[in-house]
Parts: sequence; C-alpha cells; structure tokens
Amino acid sequence: MYVAVKGGERAISAAHAWLDETRRGDPSVPELSIAQIEQQMGLAVDRVMAEGSCHDRFLAALAIKQAKGDLIEAAFLLRAYRTTLQRFGASEPLETSRMRLRRRVSATYKDLPGGQVLGPTFDYTHRLLDFALAAEGAAPAVAPEAAAPVAEVPRVTELLAREGLMQREDMTEGEPGDLTRQPLAFPADRPVRLQNLARGDEGFLLALGYSTQRGYGNAHPFVGEIRVGHIAVEFTPPELGFPIELGEIGITECQMVNQFAGSRTEPPQFTRGYGLVFGHGERRAMAMSLVDRGLRARELGEDISAPAQDEEFVLYHSDNIEATGFVEHLKLPHYVDFQSELENLRTIRRSAEQAMQEAAE
Amino acid sequence: MNSATTMDSPRASGTIDSPRASGAIDSPRASGAIDGYNFAYLDEATKRMIRRALLKAVAIPGHQIPFGAREMPLPYGWGTGGIQVTASILGPTDTLKVIDQGADDTTNAISIRRFFTRVAGVATTEHTADATVVQTRHRIPERTLREDQIIVYQVPQPEPLFRLEPRRTETKRLHALADYGLMHVRLYEDIARLGHIAKAYDYPVMVNGRYLMSPSPIPAFDNPKMHRMPALQLFGAGREKRIYAIPPYTDVRSLDFEDHPFRPIRAPHVCALCGSGDTYLDEVITDDAGGRLFVCSDTDFCAERQADTAKEAAE
Repeated sequence: MYVAVKGGERAISAAHAWLDETRRGDPSVPELSIAQIEQQMGLAVDRVMAEGSCHDRFLAALAIKQAKGDLIEAAFLLRAYRTTLQRFGASEPLETSRMRLRRRVSATYKDLPGGQVLGPTFDYTHRLLDFALAAEGAAPAVAPEAAAPVAEVPRVTELLAREGLMQREDMTEGEPGDLTRQPLAFPADRPVRLQNLARGDEGFLLALGYSTQRGYGNAHPFVGEIRVGHIAVEFTPPELGFPIELGEIGITECQMVNQFAGSRTEPPQFTRGYGLVFGHGERRAMAMSLVDRGLRARELGEDISAPAQDEEFVLYHSDNIEATGFVEHLKLPHYVDFQSELENLRTIRRSAEQAMQEAAE
Repeated sequence: MNSATTMDSPRASGTIDSPRASGAIDSPRASGAIDGYNFAYLDEATKRMIRRALLKAVAIPGHQIPFGAREMPLPYGWGTGGIQVTASILGPTDTLKVIDQGADDTTNAISIRRFFTRVAGVATTEHTADATVVQTRHRIPERTLREDQIIVYQVPQPEPLFRLEPRRTETKRLHALADYGLMHVRLYEDIARLGHIAKAYDYPVMVNGRYLMSPSPIPAFDNPKMHRMPALQLFGAGREKRIYAIPPYTDVRSLDFEDHPFRPIRAPHVCALCGSGDTYLDEVITDDAGGRLFVCSDTDFCAERQADTAKEAAE
C-alpha cells in the first residue's frame, strides 16, 4: 500500500541544523569574527552593501558570515533587514567635489587640479599568487604616507561643462523616486534608473557595460574620472529647516565622457554616463556609468537597438535578489503543472498517432 | 511553537460577520507573534498601501494593480506576493491554511505556514473547511470554498500575455484596448498544429468579460472552480509587484473556441488512496519498471474521503 511522503517539517529543521554546522566548518579552525570580515574582506562588504542597498559595514559583514560567503545571499539578508527600517526622508544631494579622497584618477587629462591619486588599487599589481600571505602572523604592511590632498577637488566633467563641452543635465525637482517603495513604471526617469543600477547585480552591469564597448550600443566612452573616498551625508529635518550631518559613508563615483552628435537645438557636445556606488567598487561604478549612458538613448534621440539601451530589459533584470529568487524557485515542486503537461502531451500524441494510422490505411 | 498555533487547532471557522475586517485594521498583537516585528511582519503603513491596491483590484476584476511590493525575508518567486497579501488581510482571529501543489506538507507550504505562526501567531489548519484564509500555490482546493473564506494565490507571472509580448509597456496598451487577438491566435495555432490547445496550466481566463487574466499556474482542471466562486480570490505577485482580484460570484471564462471547447485536464484514473474519480491526481513513480499510481493532489480532501470511507465501513 502506498503511503504519501510526510515529514517535511522535520526535514527542514534538520537541513537548517546541518547548514549551521557546515557554516562553522571544522571546529578546530578558529571562528571568523565580524570584525575580521569587515576589515579583511572589505571589498566583499562593499559589494554586499551596494547590492543590499544598505550602508552598514557591520551588518554587511554579519550577512556575509551568515551566508557562508555567498554574496548574493548576503545582499538578500541585508535587503530583507533594510525593508523593515523606517524611511524618514531623502538626504541632501552629495557634493562629491568635497569628498575626502583616497583615490582619484582621470583618463582624459594627464594632470589636473587635485592631481592623480592612485590610492589602494589592484591596478598595476602583477597577478601572481602571493604565497607569503599563506603564512600568517607577518607584521602588518605599512605604506608610505603623502601629504593630505587639497580640500576641494573639482570634478573633471564640471571643468568641461564650464567650457560648454559637456552637456548639463536638468536638476530634477523634489525628492527622487524610490523603487523600494513604488514599483517601476516606464518610461523610468533617470534618478530611478540610477537607483536601480546602483543596487543592480555587478556581473549583470559588467556584462551589459562590456557589450556597449563591443558595438551593442553606440558607446565611445572615456573615463573622465573615478573617485573613491568618504563623504558626509546631510539631511534637513523639516522641523529644523537646515541641514545637519548624519555621518560619513564610503562611495565610488565614476563619470564617463561620451560623444554626442548634437541636434537641432543643441550643438555637438560630450554627454555623461554616471555611476555612484557604496564603498569601493570601481568595476561596478564604471559598468554602471556605461549602462547609464546606454539607457539615455531615448532622451538623446539615438537608435535603440542594443540590450543596454533597452530600459525595460535592463531595469527588470538587473536585480540579483529578484533574479536569484525566480531562477531558484524552479527547484520548488511543480508536479501539479507537470502532471497536467504530461496528460496533455499524452492526449496530443494519441491523436497524432491516430491520424498517422488513418493516413496509412 | 505556541500552543495556540498548533495545526489542527479546534477553533471554529470564521463566519461572515466574523471580526476579520476590523481586526485586521487595528492589528492588535496576537499572542505568539515574535518580538520586534509588527503583527504579521509588515508595518501598518505597508499593509494600508497593499489594502488600497486590493480594494482597487476588487473594484476592477482581473485588472493588474501595481503596488510597492516590499522585500520579504523569503525569496522572490517563493510566494512573496501571496505572503504580502495574506499579511495585509490577516487578523488575530483568522485561521490560516497554506498549500503548495494542493498539499499542506510540501516544504514551501510548511515554511510559509511557519512564517505566519512566528510573525502573526495566528491559528493554522490543514482542513480547508476550517480555514478563513487559504494561501495557495498551483492549486484550488477540491472542496468548494465559502463566502466567508478568502483564497490568496501566489503568482509568479501576473501578465497573461508575457510569452507573446514581453514588454509591459506594450501589454498594458493591449489590456487597455482589450486587444487579446494575440492569445486567440496562439491558441488557434496550437489547434492547427497539434489538434488541441497545448496549454495545460496557467490557462488564460477572461474575467467579468473584460480583462484577460493569468489564473496563476494552476492546472487547467482548476479553472472552472474560479467561475462564480463564493469566496473572494486575491492574487499577489511580489517580484512583478502586481495585485489582482476576482470578487465573489464573478464570471471567469477559460478562453476557447465554439468547435474546440475548453477541456479541463486530469489523469484518467482514480485515486489509489481514496478512490476518487473526479479530483486532480498526482502521478507517483513507484519503481523503475513502469510502475506508477495516481493519488489526490489535495491531501486534505483525500484524507477526509478516506476517513469517511473507513467510517462507513465500520458502521
């Protein structure tokens, strides 16, 4: 006699207990602390903050630990926490020329006000595995220190704009939209597009940005500037009426300079692709600025022919929390639908066989 | 687990004048809800936003209403839309049933039921008759639902036209014009090529003679149950951020042609456990030599039928 499968509840509890056990790994190996992750896996923390849409290094590090290093899972944990927090308003716009810079490079000028600052970068390292790192207990590395850079470093694109060579975008009135509160609607305005990209999947942005360089979309980008550092966030409480400083966050900003043929109303000039992300994330900020420029095709009257120019395609598929959920939901039971499909296929095959038989007779 | 939240709880089912509505709005904390979270997880402002979308959805049967779906602690595609709808309508006196594939003991149904016992502390049940709210994935229970019950569907893809036209800007226009030629042509092409309509689940329906609607991926077998159902039917799509609804006693017609009428599909067998010959069946492979048997997908209905048969035999 057939007995239906039972015991799902017990199986779930046992599976999660096993998960906890494997998270810890071999108990003879010391446990990772949140501080270790936050300090020594800093770029992973940055990516989780960006995709988790929540600037909190401690929580991001905790999420990475809980997710066993699965960064999309960690971003999901952070998002699910973030959504329970109260939204109390929009900050003042960041004035990135007043950033406390750790790194600032321009590919369009050899030298410029504020100078080129390499900062802590993988660029120009030779990618040779450093076996010395495998030996623990070495004295902490110490880097030589230069004089602090000047207080205010103007943005490259601003220098171009003053000359009329860089298109100035209109200031948007009022608070920008927030797609965590309002569903996407099309056409999407640029602040919403940028919000979507800023928390989009790094791999997706990278591939799309790359595609614009290979001819899928009409991109001729120059890195006007990348800047990495810290900046104060200010908020104006309605009851005070003047901005107060909430604290400092780490950000990476990228401005790409692109060509634009001009139109009847505008002389030829450069146009901007913009990227701004939490933490130190140059790949992400650069890819974002390529895709942002791609998505401006409609507004600039360009042909929309490539995936990176297609607003619905990009914005609906950039979110890795949505994507991973829906892709992975395929492992949930689908046997009811499958059974329906089976019966239907059997019926269709029976009539096809019948028809073939009749034709043969 | 709290004693008030065990399954098979003996509490009476709600009635039409049960205080669900007012209870839901005030949302007092039921015992058993976990600290640090609002009753049923969502904050009250979010619930209000969702209820507004629900009211709009009920007012325009079958029409998709965009809503500000929140990020839930369960993954997108795993029932976040249904969970948000349930969380918004649930009151402390409700009794919740959660099924997936017709069964109460499928892992995701267990997970969602546990979620609501943790965050709302409401009573849960496996008995369709005892539930005031039924959240479901892929099935409608075999037992006819009543006026004092609400069924909440988890919807992966609310847009019935998405395989024919992936752009929402375009499908929105097609719905506005009630231009559903694309879908009719698709069904006709099936008949022309295969002799039958090849859609076996997520079979499109016309609601109230106006909007083409995805019934969610329920088998076509379940479609007729939606027609003039006494219970309120709510649909939540979290990832796609859409809500829609069918008010009680609304016409729901599965698309078909005069010479190719709609046919509900089920395996032509009887249930190996309860002997039912008119319910939806799961096919179970019993060995690797072609052995198989068929059992009811609705586990509660099957168990009740088995109990009835046993009782009759004893008498």
